[in-house]
Amino acid sequence: MYENRVAGVAYVLPFIFGLAAFTLFPFVASLLLSFSDYQLQDPIDAAAFVGAENYSAMFADGTFRKSLGVTFLYVFVTVPLKLAFALFIAWVLNFRLRGIGFFRTAYYLPSILGGSVAIAVVWRYVFAGDGLVNQAFELFGAEPVNWLGEPGYAMFSIVLLRLWQFGSAMVIFLAGLQAIPEDLYEAARLDGARGPRIFVSITLPLLTPIIFFNFIMQVVQAFQEFNGPYVITGGGPLKATYLLPLMIYEETFKYFNVGYASALSWLLFVIVALFTAIAFWTSRYWVFYAQERDEEKRGEEK
Amino acid sequence: MNVAAATAAMPAETGRGRRALQLLLRYGVLIGVGLLMLYPLLWMVGASFKPNREIFDTIGFWPHSPTLEGYREGWRTGTEHTFGTYLANTFKIIVPKVIVTVISSVLVAYGFARFRIPGRRILFALLIATVLLPKSVLLIPQYLMFRELGWLDTFLPLYVPAAFATEGFFVFMIVQFMRGCPVEMEEAAVIDGCNSLQTLVYVVVPVILPAIISVALFQFMWSMNDFLQPLIYLSSVEKYPVSLALKLAIDVTEATSWNQVLAMSTIAVLPSIVLFYAAQKYFVEGITVGSVKG
Repeated sequence: MYENRVAGVAYVLPFIFGLAAFTLFPFVASLLLSFSDYQLQDPIDAAAFVGAENYSAMFADGTFRKSLGVTFLYVFVTVPLKLAFALFIAWVLNFRLRGIGFFRTAYYLPSILGGSVAIAVVWRYVFAGDGLVNQAFELFGAEPVNWLGEPGYAMFSIVLLRLWQFGSAMVIFLAGLQAIPEDLYEAARLDGARGPRIFVSITLPLLTPIIFFNFIMQVVQAFQEFNGPYVITGGGPLKATYLLPLMIYEETFKYFNVGYASALSWLLFVIVALFTAIAFWTSRYWVFYAQERDEEKRGEEK
Repeated sequence: MNVAAATAAMPAETGRGRRALQLLLRYGVLIGVGLLMLYPLLWMVGASFKPNREIFDTIGFWPHSPTLEGYREGWRTGTEHTFGTYLANTFKIIVPKVIVTVISSVLVAYGFARFRIPGRRILFALLIATVLLPKSVLLIPQYLMFRELGWLDTFLPLYVPAAFATEGFFVFMIVQFMRGCPVEMEEAAVIDGCNSLQTLVYVVVPVILPAIISVALFQFMWSMNDFLQPLIYLSSVEKYPVSLALKLAIDVTEATSWNQVLAMSTIAVLPSIVLFYAAQKYFVEGITVGSVKG
């Protein structure tokens, strides 16, 4: 609207400064640190260049391989399950039901609280040896399970905490479902389409932009999970829940290996960036934008 | 998965019974899932009023011999400070953080949405990129930076960056909201002699107030839940926010005083729950504006 460039730049100046000081500079600095042997307790100028040593050290590090493995496991299990469940519940809700507002709120609440230490503490007690889950098991005559003491079950408890927070993805899906015009469904019905067909041919394609958005957000967040495993299991047992962010934290602040931790954090960045890039590159083949043709013209003008 | 579409697809005259059955199924799923979802929260609140020996004895959330012991003892904490100190610390971090976040995000979003800026597309792309950037890659250098500035063990590293619109998500949210608002009122204000800042304060801000409230609420919640940042920056117990105090409590009081820890957990989530119920529509609008309308 305004042509005044100076004023415009003045408004975005805080962002430009913040971007430079708190994002770009640290971003480059961590890359440089990843090629150094810097130790946290040393003065900053004691850092010496060691080439790719930190990166080659990863391959020999069993803890790293374990951590990378459980991180992928965690992301590959939580993201699809959470998205599928969020979409399913959104679809159940999107049926002109009474009380939709109540359910939407009830389901959304865990997403608001789920990241807090308070909830992680509750989770720890719920999955404790004589905790809520095992008491319920007992009620049904099942054997109690050592949830936080057995590697596989510990991972399951952490995964469940993330799935419990499906509400934010669900609210976004619900808004997307409600934005699908009713006449599209009617037209499909007139053409003789039935339930599954309508879902696959109308609902899913029109939801792909939302699925795309939710997928990227969930992947980025899942790769950064810290609070849950740190508070509930401490990364154990046997490093079964030792996600990469936990390892980066401990390498830095427990073992003071800043160089190595920086290399780990850059690896995590590259992994997340690759996932995001693949999602964007492939999006043109599977993401459907309704106003694509109008947008194309405008896009060319930009 | 296709009951809904199938139901909707059925002509009205086919069996009412089937439709009722499907409604029942839907409500069954919704209520069942809802109970499972909310039970851990109910249990937390209930257990905070139970005596310790009762907590792991029963699956029910209702306390049989209710007591305020958990709250009384928990508030005292195992440290030399009361839980009130930790709550106060939390707010000493959150209040400035929310204020500077809102101000900087609105200014920057206004610049992006209403001005022709050189390099605008690149800057905006970078803004989106910061949303997707995993923060752990910035964590170590930021820590070293604040250490060199002598800011360790102060609240400054926790909210000063927010004054420079470092949460790209919020700027993006407000930009999207502004794009949906008509510019005629702003043009009228300019014709009446307002400069761009006056236009922002008197015309734009009232219109985008819902987006501003969403930003404030999200920043409040995220900062309440934030654990990693206080964990690395704060070392003296007297400066701990609630999240660190709770972690300390489970590490120290591990064996016996569950009701104290649960009572303090309940207090810790209470502000978020109250705010959430008071302002739920802003939460829903906030997260959908960036994705669905975007």
